[in-house]
Amino acid sequence: MTRWSERWSGLRGGGTVLVTALAFLVAMVIGAVLIAVADPDTQAASTYFFSYPWDTFSAAGRAVVAGYRALFEGAVFNPNTAANGTLAGILGPISETLVNATPLILGGLAVGLAFRAGLFNIGGQGQIVMGAICAGYVGFAWHLPVVAHLVVAVVAGIVGGGFWGGLTGWLKARTGAHEVITTIMLNYVAVYLLAFLLSVKGFQRPPYGQAISNVVEPNARLPHLLGGDLRLHAGLIVALLAAYAVHWLLTRSTLGFQLRAVGANQSAARTAGMSVERSYVVVMVLSGALCGLAGVSQILGTNSAITGDIDAGIGFDAITVALLGRAKAGGIVWAGLLFGALHAGGVQMQSSTGTPVDLVVVVQSLIVLFIAAPALVRAIFRIRATSAGVGGQQLAKGWNG
Amino acid sequence: MERVTATEVPPHGPEADVVVHEVVRPPLSLRTRLTSGLVLVAVGAVCALLLGLSATARAQADFVLSPQDPHLSVSLPARATCVVLGVVVALLGAWQAARGWSREAMRWVLAVTLLCFVLSFLCWAVTGAPGTSFDLLGLLQNTILTAVPLILGALAGVLCERSGVINVAIEGQMLAGAFAGALVASLAGNGYVGIVGAVVAGALMGLLLALFAIRYLVNQVVLGVVLNVFALGLTGFMYDALMQPNADALNLPKTFDPIALPVLSKIPVLGPLLFEANIIVYLMYLLIIAVDVALFRTRWGLRTRAVGEHPLAADTVGIKVLAMRYRNVMLGGAVAGLAGAYLTIGSVGAFSKNISSGKGFIALAAVIFGRWSPRGAIAAALLFGFTDALATLLSFTQTPVTIPTNLLLMLPYLATVFAVAGLVGRVQAPGADGEPYVKE
Repeated sequence: MTRWSERWSGLRGGGTVLVTALAFLVAMVIGAVLIAVADPDTQAASTYFFSYPWDTFSAAGRAVVAGYRALFEGAVFNPNTAANGTLAGILGPISETLVNATPLILGGLAVGLAFRAGLFNIGGQGQIVMGAICAGYVGFAWHLPVVAHLVVAVVAGIVGGGFWGGLTGWLKARTGAHEVITTIMLNYVAVYLLAFLLSVKGFQRPPYGQAISNVVEPNARLPHLLGGDLRLHAGLIVALLAAYAVHWLLTRSTLGFQLRAVGANQSAARTAGMSVERSYVVVMVLSGALCGLAGVSQILGTNSAITGDIDAGIGFDAITVALLGRAKAGGIVWAGLLFGALHAGGVQMQSSTGTPVDLVVVVQSLIVLFIAAPALVRAIFRIRATSAGVGGQQLAKGWNG
Repeated sequence: MERVTATEVPPHGPEADVVVHEVVRPPLSLRTRLTSGLVLVAVGAVCALLLGLSATARAQADFVLSPQDPHLSVSLPARATCVVLGVVVALLGAWQAARGWSREAMRWVLAVTLLCFVLSFLCWAVTGAPGTSFDLLGLLQNTILTAVPLILGALAGVLCERSGVINVAIEGQMLAGAFAGALVASLAGNGYVGIVGAVVAGALMGLLLALFAIRYLVNQVVLGVVLNVFALGLTGFMYDALMQPNADALNLPKTFDPIALPVLSKIPVLGPLLFEANIIVYLMYLLIIAVDVALFRTRWGLRTRAVGEHPLAADTVGIKVLAMRYRNVMLGGAVAGLAGAYLTIGSVGAFSKNISSGKGFIALAAVIFGRWSPRGAIAAALLFGFTDALATLLSFTQTPVTIPTNLLLMLPYLATVFAVAGLVGRVQAPGADGEPYVKE
């Protein structure tokens, strides 16, 4: 009872939930303007705007409704495909949303965990690539029995990502090299390593014409959850388990307390006898391992062979997911689902209305931007402020830690 | 590990309450010394034995500095050079293992080691096919071409961060500048107008950064990342929606022709290297000098640095902290916009999606690597440009053992990691970098 009343007052006073919803709304409104700008009919009507202004507005309105309907149909429910009554037709959009959300949740957890220890992991891309390389290699080059193959491949992915992340942590602990520099550089190293491997016999798929790897054996694939027609795979369960594990680690374990202490105040943590250097290595190994899992989900679940863009930009999207989720496990799961839905819907929107899929990227960035600036959202809607701002203030600090 | 301890001086005389901070550096442990020494010896051995002996015997490594002037070419006996350089490195390593270099000397030792390794590697690489010579001038020219956007981006970062606002959004400002540069130049049919467009677009991105960082107190690292995504999405969207369908009208800018400066371009080597460039590169020279002088020699620079180090103190003496920050961040954005203009109208012409492809992040790395000083950042950007140009050149050179192109392309990034870890280490940002200033 008390919790409800608190929540309600929080809503009325411009609390977190309301600000999040309004931020989403403002972002969608700006997105609508962009849809209208991109719409050829609206452009045509705007040439005689001063004679018939209404034409422009009605064309723009039609474009926006069509665009956002397609977005919804691609992400949640599509009456046209559901009409035939098959499972794939009804659950297809949701399945796509969850498939897109899985690596985003895992990557978001990785970035969020590093944030909590005061580190900024921009190296998701490289860690995902390394995870995918290791998991994929085990998946197509080794021949193991049914369950063992999957387990070994997943572990290989974790090790690959964890090693790549740990390298950054080790460099920072050992030499003080700033993690922003090393993660950026190691991203490129991983991407070129992948490009190299995709030209090596034994890794590249015969007849060696294309930059694509061998196909992962069925034994090593993550099982589909809703039958073969839908792409949804067990990676989602892995992601949710990982979210729970991160939640437990940060709130219930000694290690998590140490990591948070290092993130909150390095000097205090050092004075309290914690090894700041060890924390750097540990958190980067864990963060890299989570990214490795995102790579696993990409190569053993969503795709079946490694290509040059196996990371699909998840390493950078994961940063916005972590920010939207305020670096907390639960928040990251919701943020991952939202962005997964936007991705899935964006693809549908582009194919059915021709609105470029990049619109989704703009909307995503605006959502995070407005949520990080609650004062602006409150000013737009004239809501009175209650508590302190809930932006990313305590997430990542400046360069000096 | 470096350890800073505060030693209290026992009270005596009038300066009783002076606390002396001294940095106590424990000597390197035997293990560290031996390991690092042996690593150096191993590098020396690679130079002398692996590279030296696999280089074709009695082959000459020709380095061409100027295609017109044969006197400006250097010809070295490949094998002997590799062996000599390798021995030098090995001796440095042996000294480290036996006696240990001091921390300051170690930086130089590492720098010399890198240099020797690169030189012997080049000598080895050239001997792959008889008659090959190494186009040193081309290498240096490519170094500068690659480094131009990085240097401008790094200057943008320095301007913002020295006044206390973290600029992770260099990439986004570059992208906006690149897009606006190509668009405006195509519309106006004039590259100079395009430059103005790019600079304005970059400054607007800077204004967004400043507004959210200063007015709405958004965490600046977060903000930078978000603005990058915003710029990437917006330019990508506009490209697909508007630019691409009317590419002839909106995305066909003229590029700038190189301008040879009257006397300067006649200087051997330096002339073609520095003074046959296009307008943006000359603007970059001016900016380099202007930023360096202004930051350390003018009232504006002193105030900027004061605002970045200790805004409260600056405010106390009457400097308008927030106005200073707004102005400098927009200035930084404008410079990054110019970097973007170089990517489109300064080199290839047309805009394409994500044309900056991470150059803003590398510029950011150069800022941190160069310890927030313009000179350091420029040196870092040049180092990156050099390794990048080297990798490209080597991928066209027939080396004794073929190196896969993709591994060569890793070189600049690996070199940066090594340089950051080995030569730079822990860095200290301006005191108030990233901390919003709220007046009580």
